[in-house]
Amino acid sequence: MPDTATRPEPGRGTAVREISFADAIREALAEEMRRDPTVFVIGEDVAEAGTPFKVVKGLVEEFGKTRVVDTPISEAGFTGLAVGAAMAGMRPVVDIMFGDFMTLIMDQVVNQAAKIHYMSGGKWKVPMVIRATMGATRRSAAQHSQSLHAWPSHVPGLKVAIPSTPYDAKGLLKAAIRDDNPVVIFEDKISYAKVKGPVPDEEYVIPLGVADIKREGRDISIIATSSMVQVALGAAAMLEEVGIDAEVVDPRTTWPLDEKTLVESVRKTSRCIVVDEGYFRYGVTGEIASVIAEGAFYDLDGPVRRIGARHVPIPFSPPLEDATVPHERDVVALARQMCNK
Amino acid sequence: MTIAAKQTATGLDVQKALPMYRQMVAIRAFEERANDLYTRALMPGLAHLYIGEEAVAVGVCEALRPDDYITSTHRGHGHCLAKGAAPDLMFAELLGKEAGYCKGKGGSMHIADPATGNLGANAIVGGGAALATGAAFASKMLGQDRVAVCFFGEGALGQGVLYESMNLAQLWKLPVLYVCENNMYNEYTHYSETTAGDIPTRATAFGLPSETVDGQDVRAVYAAASKMVERARRGDGPGFLLMNTYRFRGHHVGDIARDYYRTKQEEQRWTSERDPLAIAGEWLVSEGLADRGTLTRIETEVAAEMDAAVEFAKNASYPDPVRVDEDIYA
Repeated sequence: MPDTATRPEPGRGTAVREISFADAIREALAEEMRRDPTVFVIGEDVAEAGTPFKVVKGLVEEFGKTRVVDTPISEAGFTGLAVGAAMAGMRPVVDIMFGDFMTLIMDQVVNQAAKIHYMSGGKWKVPMVIRATMGATRRSAAQHSQSLHAWPSHVPGLKVAIPSTPYDAKGLLKAAIRDDNPVVIFEDKISYAKVKGPVPDEEYVIPLGVADIKREGRDISIIATSSMVQVALGAAAMLEEVGIDAEVVDPRTTWPLDEKTLVESVRKTSRCIVVDEGYFRYGVTGEIASVIAEGAFYDLDGPVRRIGARHVPIPFSPPLEDATVPHERDVVALARQMCNK
Repeated sequence: MTIAAKQTATGLDVQKALPMYRQMVAIRAFEERANDLYTRALMPGLAHLYIGEEAVAVGVCEALRPDDYITSTHRGHGHCLAKGAAPDLMFAELLGKEAGYCKGKGGSMHIADPATGNLGANAIVGGGAALATGAAFASKMLGQDRVAVCFFGEGALGQGVLYESMNLAQLWKLPVLYVCENNMYNEYTHYSETTAGDIPTRATAFGLPSETVDGQDVRAVYAAASKMVERARRGDGPGFLLMNTYRFRGHHVGDIARDYYRTKQEEQRWTSERDPLAIAGEWLVSEGLADRGTLTRIETEVAAEMDAAVEFAKNASYPDPVRVDEDIYA
């Protein structure tokens, strides 16, 4: 990757705008489509509709319907088509409207896209991106609310990005599009409009596999992903009031995983909570906790603790659904207990 | 059924006919040696032999250009060879050797080769359908006139992604040809027990033109494929070919006792009356395009080439175990 991560630095000659998570993704797509004519967007209602979340709205006006391709409701078909198109010289960006529909494309992703490079002894490449969503609390019930990013993270041959800020979303998506491997990006649906942040005018790319310290601290490391980064930052602000200086670390990609940065943070703070909106069992929190246990065991004051989605199908009713995902208060309570404060 | 050697010639001249015959002989010889390597415990795993179906791969691939694409199946050796793969590198792959097409990482069911447009043999039944359609999509987007052929067995007719792919291909008029090889058996089950209704209408329902072809007659296969390929290349969209054929051997090399799913008489009838090599050979002789001596010479030459290819593979090195972590990411 020729470009390296550069943080926007206001007042140092780099113009910085405050834009939404969705705007950042749209900018990344538009820039990459301008740069490379083989990049195209494909999915359900991506053209005039711009998806139900309006994330890609406007692209069809600039790039036309041949590069912003509306499909039938046929996820396996168009994802598999994208795999073949990637092998034959294109760089497809597949839109999977709800991450729950990963189930429908799993064979194309897991048995085809992820394995073709290896099975062919490195001869074929599959440079494609799958953009999927994640995140609960939109009152969408069990089939439109899951955070299934642990699934592709389990499969060799795939890379998985889970951005938490507009800056990261733009930089990671641009890196994913330029990557010669299949990359799955999970975007939190609530963050699209709710999360805003600084993004520089000038071009940048964030390499896949580089974690980011979202808040520096000395007393406890909160390793948080995607939507949970905002939760962790909120919790950190509350913890500051009781004298706990929390560090918030965002892996940004579950694979490749920047184990070094995560371990170094915990070796410094000696305490660790992992927060992720995916299912608690057999998921991202378990993997990261084991990385910390293996890499920082002798620096830990106590066991690594985890907070994840409750092990239930996501329910519809608001009080039930809200009980399934981690909240700031959960992180605060656990951190205080671990720090004896 | 009788041998269809007296059918009207399809304009094939000797320049095409003899190489096609030779390619069918080569596939047969390759498969017999694959079987031999298995029975002598020289080949790890299994292989699914294409014997009896050679005319389909050869007739279709003869209608293609070198830069056209194919996707193949678990029973894919014939497709790969017909599209131009080298037997020595294929045998090396079958034996898990570093010199193989996939450095030993793919094996019999995953031969892939960009140089011959082979997107890969696929061991997921129906797995090639969307990939071939995607290659056709890329060809169209890039302003190329490359055609993609998706070979699949009738077992894939039960897979939904095949129909999703045909729908997309027809909506977007993609240059892709779906070639269904009906060898009559989904593994160990006759297709009549798994396939409701009529096969070609599954394609015509999407608006694809369809033709049902005698898959034992390489001339008929070539003629039908040529029409569909040229149509696709012109930009007129996808097509569907139903190739009626027969799997002479078992589902895989180890499937020896087959009495419980089909009779020896049935197998005998096909092998004695409907062998695609015999049909092509008799036609070549009867049309005066070759004499028996020429055919025998071809068989002898091919046998020597295949023996040499096997020797190459046997003498090739296994990959160093340190290579296991290579090629996961590009």
